[in-house]
Amino acid sequence: MLDDFLVRAALAGVGVALAAGPLGCFVLWRRMAYFSDATAHGALCGVALSLVLNLPIAVGVLFIALALALLLSNMSGRMAADGFLGVFAHGSLAFGLLAVATVPSARVDLSAYLLGDILAVGPREVILIWVGAAVVLLGLFWRWSSLLTATLDPDLAVAAGIRPDREKMFLTVALAIVVAVAIQVVGALLIGALLILPAAAMRPLARSPEALAILAAVLGAASALGGVLVSMETDLPTGPTIVVLALGVFVVVHIAVSLRRTPAGRQSR
Amino acid sequence: MNLMHRPKPQSAGADTALLGAQAISVERDGRPVLRDVTLSIQPGEIVTIVGPNGSGKTTLLRALLGAEAVSSGRVVRKRGLRVGYVPQKLFLDPSLPMTVARFLSLPRRTGAAAQSAALQAAGATGLAQRPIAALSGGQTQRVLLARALLDQPEILLLDEPTQGLDQVGAAAFYQMVENLRQQTGCAVLMVSHELHVVMSASDRVICLNGHVCCHGTPEVVAQAEEYRALFGPGTKGTLALYRHQHDHSHDPDPQSLHSHVHGPECCDGDGGADGVGERASDVPAASSAGKDG
Repeated sequence: MLDDFLVRAALAGVGVALAAGPLGCFVLWRRMAYFSDATAHGALCGVALSLVLNLPIAVGVLFIALALALLLSNMSGRMAADGFLGVFAHGSLAFGLLAVATVPSARVDLSAYLLGDILAVGPREVILIWVGAAVVLLGLFWRWSSLLTATLDPDLAVAAGIRPDREKMFLTVALAIVVAVAIQVVGALLIGALLILPAAAMRPLARSPEALAILAAVLGAASALGGVLVSMETDLPTGPTIVVLALGVFVVVHIAVSLRRTPAGRQSR
Repeated sequence: MNLMHRPKPQSAGADTALLGAQAISVERDGRPVLRDVTLSIQPGEIVTIVGPNGSGKTTLLRALLGAEAVSSGRVVRKRGLRVGYVPQKLFLDPSLPMTVARFLSLPRRTGAAAQSAALQAAGATGLAQRPIAALSGGQTQRVLLARALLDQPEILLLDEPTQGLDQVGAAAFYQMVENLRQQTGCAVLMVSHELHVVMSASDRVICLNGHVCCHGTPEVVAQAEEYRALFGPGTKGTLALYRHQHDHSHDPDPQSLHSHVHGPECCDGDGGADGVGERASDVPAASSAGKDG
């Protein structure tokens, strides 16, 4: 089954999206969008590292993403400035581009690392993606209540015997894993979109955090499948196609919800 | 994150105290926020921490909770103490969908019957299925209190629980806290700057300004020079005004009459630990007591 490149691409996309959707909920709730962007962009340095050391791409990316995410979460604890993370998100992208440019063999495939190259995913990488996704999903499932409490209010978590700094550390590590497995699917530029968009798109339809996590995983997986098929038909790059499909759902859901709310809003005024 | 060690709650031994601080100091960015604060809370008593803005009230509460690292001293906690905590405010990101019922089940799942009992005790009956984002300030405070009650706490820590409530709402909230204490016997440690209401609802008052300025029954504290220096002499009249509203008597308790040992810097206007520069006694009492109404 893994012999067909189309099947591999679909499996890779769905695997990444299943983990990115629920994790993206926490990125959304904790306002970590810039944080995840900075981590993903800086992961380009990991691509360069892998090529220089002749390692699988995911290994170098995981290492760099982990180091970067830990560094950022340590610094943002002190500076806590959105602007600072914004600066870092763009700075790490520039730095990553320079790092890739220093490796001659990588310069050729630059767009593959920026935008992803899901159709080139091999059987080994599909397995790696599913292992990474399973680790993240199991971890989220296992720590769900603690993560949610710490997200809601760190002091409430402390009162209940939860260590908010540990929950934050867990999310940081989970983010690094998702970046490592997603870079080949959607590329460094659009990992942030894969995290945030499904959760943000489904937000108006969910009444509980669990419902939103499931809806985000479903929408992410559907966008990934749709993106692979559409890009096959049209010869468009797959990563951006996946993100545009999710964006389309975001727009439709939010317009539909605001249309439904407007008459009720007028009545109450 | 903070490199300083976190307070390790330790067993209090033979002491009956539920929760206490032994000479704790807290620094933030190298500046002292709390200096040498010692206190202890006994079962069933209502203790209120009062003090001007920036006096470290919330920091003290968070240190006792274990959420704030102390630079020296230690937090002493009865073994296995069940703490109910009500934060000043709940900052719920609008992207997080959360009903009251789901919130009451965090982090441990609770049954519908226990939930509705806690909501009733906190005066928030019928809110279970509402989204938290749609609640008013007063309703949110009551839901936070209900969540704290679900664990059957031995002590409630309340941080400015009536912020954003009007005077009637605040008085009702404190009355509810008093009723809860009578029904469940749990101790209450709260932070407030609403002097008039607080003074009538507390067994003991701790006046804080970076350090413990004075400390005792409401009557003792209201008479204390240090308290008057911070809040002005007029609050004594306000206290008298509100005395008739509550129906329990404050037995003169020798335990709560702590001697007022102060360093020369105490309340002298040279700034407390937090650099409260101007003499608080320059501020008219009416404004400091009436601001919250």
